[in-house]
Amino acid sequence: MSISRRKFIQLSSLASASLMVPEFLKGFEYRQAPILNKSNKVLVVVQLSGGNDGLNTIIPYRNDIYYKSRPLIGIKRENALSLTDDIGINPSLKTVKQLYDEGHVSVINGVGYPHPDRSHFRSMDIWQSGSTAGDIVTSGWLGRYLDHACDDCNPHNAMAIEVDDTLSLAMKGEQGNAIAVRDINRFHQAATNPYFKKLSAHDDEHDTNLAAYLYKTVRQTVSAADYIYDQSKIYSSTQSYPDSQIGKRMKTIGSLIVSGSETQVYYVSHGSFDTHVNQADRQNRLFEQLDTALAALVGDLKQSGRFNDVLIMTFSEFGRRVSQNASNGTDHGTAGNMFFISGGLRKPGLYNDLPSLSDLDNGDLVYGTDFKQVYATVLDNWLQANSQDILRMKYEHLSFI
Amino acid sequence: MDLQQQNKLLYARAGFGISLGDYTNPQPVDQAVDRLFPKAVPGALEMITDQEWANNSPNALKEMDDDTERKEMRKAFNQRTKDMNLLWVQAMVDTSFPLLEKTALFWRGHFATRINNPYYDQKLLDAIRKNALGNFGDMLRAVSRSSAMLEFLNNRQNKKQHPNENFAREVMELFTLGRGHYTEDDIKEAARAFTGWSFDGNGNFIFRQKQHDAGEKKFLGKSGNFDGDDILNILLEQKQTAGFITQKIYRYFVSDEKIDEKRVKKLAADFYESKYDIAGLLRSIFTAEWFYKDDILSAKIKSPVELLVGYQRMIPMQFADHKTVLNVQRVLGQYLFNPPGVAGWPGGANWIDSSSLVTRMRLPEAFFKSKELDLSLKESDAEMAEAHHEPVTADSQPAKPFRVGRADADWSAYLAHWKEYKEEELPQAIAAYLLPGPLSRQQISQVVSFADKDSIEEYIKSLTILFMELPEFQLT
Repeated sequence: MSISRRKFIQLSSLASASLMVPEFLKGFEYRQAPILNKSNKVLVVVQLSGGNDGLNTIIPYRNDIYYKSRPLIGIKRENALSLTDDIGINPSLKTVKQLYDEGHVSVINGVGYPHPDRSHFRSMDIWQSGSTAGDIVTSGWLGRYLDHACDDCNPHNAMAIEVDDTLSLAMKGEQGNAIAVRDINRFHQAATNPYFKKLSAHDDEHDTNLAAYLYKTVRQTVSAADYIYDQSKIYSSTQSYPDSQIGKRMKTIGSLIVSGSETQVYYVSHGSFDTHVNQADRQNRLFEQLDTALAALVGDLKQSGRFNDVLIMTFSEFGRRVSQNASNGTDHGTAGNMFFISGGLRKPGLYNDLPSLSDLDNGDLVYGTDFKQVYATVLDNWLQANSQDILRMKYEHLSFI
Repeated sequence: MDLQQQNKLLYARAGFGISLGDYTNPQPVDQAVDRLFPKAVPGALEMITDQEWANNSPNALKEMDDDTERKEMRKAFNQRTKDMNLLWVQAMVDTSFPLLEKTALFWRGHFATRINNPYYDQKLLDAIRKNALGNFGDMLRAVSRSSAMLEFLNNRQNKKQHPNENFAREVMELFTLGRGHYTEDDIKEAARAFTGWSFDGNGNFIFRQKQHDAGEKKFLGKSGNFDGDDILNILLEQKQTAGFITQKIYRYFVSDEKIDEKRVKKLAADFYESKYDIAGLLRSIFTAEWFYKDDILSAKIKSPVELLVGYQRMIPMQFADHKTVLNVQRVLGQYLFNPPGVAGWPGGANWIDSSSLVTRMRLPEAFFKSKELDLSLKESDAEMAEAHHEPVTADSQPAKPFRVGRADADWSAYLAHWKEYKEEELPQAIAAYLLPGPLSRQQISQVVSFADKDSIEEYIKSLTILFMELPEFQLT
């Protein structure tokens, strides 16, 4: 059966079911929520937790300083997959290399921010909140995107999904939050048990503000759980996703996108890239897991004709120091690279030059692109939002999308 | 509000919930408030003795030549941070003075540190608990001299030639004045005054004269050859400090919702007059007429630790796996000794999103009915458990989902109490005890329709669990 047909049947069976319940019992709030934007663009954010080493991701294999700084962990020229005469990519990222050759990858190098913080937690907060190093902001850049994009709809139901059990700061807005779901079936089962379902029909007219807020959250959760569950039944992927954690999570994302879920933002974490010791083993293994998961996801997107509408973005809270340490690893550093994968890129390839290895700040790379410029570009050019409202500052755009 | 309701509200806010004993025998508010305050300064919660630290400190570890031994030591050390967490939670569960621990929890969020050093953490917690109900100025001075805070805010790197402003900035922004009541120049000048504030290998404060900038500083309109103590004193002279602290206290104990400016202003003025007597401020709040008005009911969302401790104080329980206590803190977003950032836990509505609310509502079944509740921790949360620079080995796996453990609950006292009631009175009476405000008749009958009526014991238990699963139970 074709996807559109199956979806049609699915939707009509839901519609008829909802006709039979009294109005106040309807938990299906998503019905009233307008689709956030008409361009149908989807953003998939992949967080590389722990600080991914950018220099062994995109490798300057003609640069002597690189090998001098990393006598034991530098990736040899013959092992790297060649992107240009001077630059290669980590050998575990085979699919990414292939997509790069097809013109579906854009790599932005030297991304960071002024006054870099080397604490995982603080730096991750800075990236997730989309703020400057001096500001403490308790909402996330994607959460605020939802706040702005969803002015008159019920924020936010299944508009933004983090495939996990807990919600990251990035996905928390000031008025509402995205939803975190690791396992759709289990979440559905938990959120829609008969008692909770009954509670979601509670009339909160006479409640205190906070009680009304909690009931509203219950209602949205139940309706989002129903919606996501229904969507997940529409399409089942024929791609073979790896059995790793990231593989399973990518599969969830792939099937929801192909099913035509209204979800605009997906968020998933992978790691830990905190490679203080024996970096090569760990980074390669994590990259292989990521690469095979991406291969299946992109396969799904291509097959369904959605690859042009979906932008996959990777980031990490910081890169690592230029010189290796005594344990064949690297310690916390500063700037790193970001990958953008999509069938609809404006400027694929290496977007900019790699940061200098000779002009360092205390042994660390000096950033060339503020990550908030990248966010602004994604918000304005991909999600058709107003980045100035969301990031509270005007940032110059890049031109990769 | 009748006396019983007043007592219930008082114990909910000043502690972790009212016991059935206190609920049955409510006291006049003045007397109940009197009983909240311990007569003596609390003893330390000690997990690591000074001697143990001396043997195992990073300095001692460096001297060890056996790698395996060092690794073992580090592991033991990680375990100690978790043990500290469990010890404090247990103290909250067992204490006869819940106000002390509840207030200490407030200050631990106000003076947030995240250093993964159990010994420094222990010392800072001790300083906070000793002063939690004492004098704010004393506490500010003790915290500012603590190894945990000096380490966390990089004041060891604050030297005459190379000032580091982190500590100076946060002392003003987070600890005393709040944003917008000082200039960037004030920060620079204060940073100069704090140069040389450091600590030794045993975590004891030392003043490094050679690193100190003894020159003249201009700070908040005053000038002099100020040192760190002078700066703290000038900050305490500012009425804004009393205002900032009082507002935060009000938010913590009274309401997540709109601040009543008039009340806060009056409380802050008295707080300043009293030279920062914290007990006095709390007493004023808990004896105020406005505190016992209906609009205060349900005006707070319980913090994860408050929720967890509340369960254990209400129905004595032993978790099958003590890691449950840690993991629940992590998934719900309040992991003691690991606040999300320098500003502590934001609290209020920030505690709640779809997933955290569903988890909260599923806890009673997991605790009391062995209903399975698998949750996974994020990589970053899993890493928190590791010491700051603990190497992550190549074979570490992504964090596995954990199961919220079953609790071995002792229902006997609880059941004995409710068995005195007539069956038809039970739903109303139990709801009134467990929930902050009244439920509608329709809500109660809905709950009853889900209850297990096999026996009176099962009925009481299932009503209790069902009420605990209501969103209202998350409020206080």
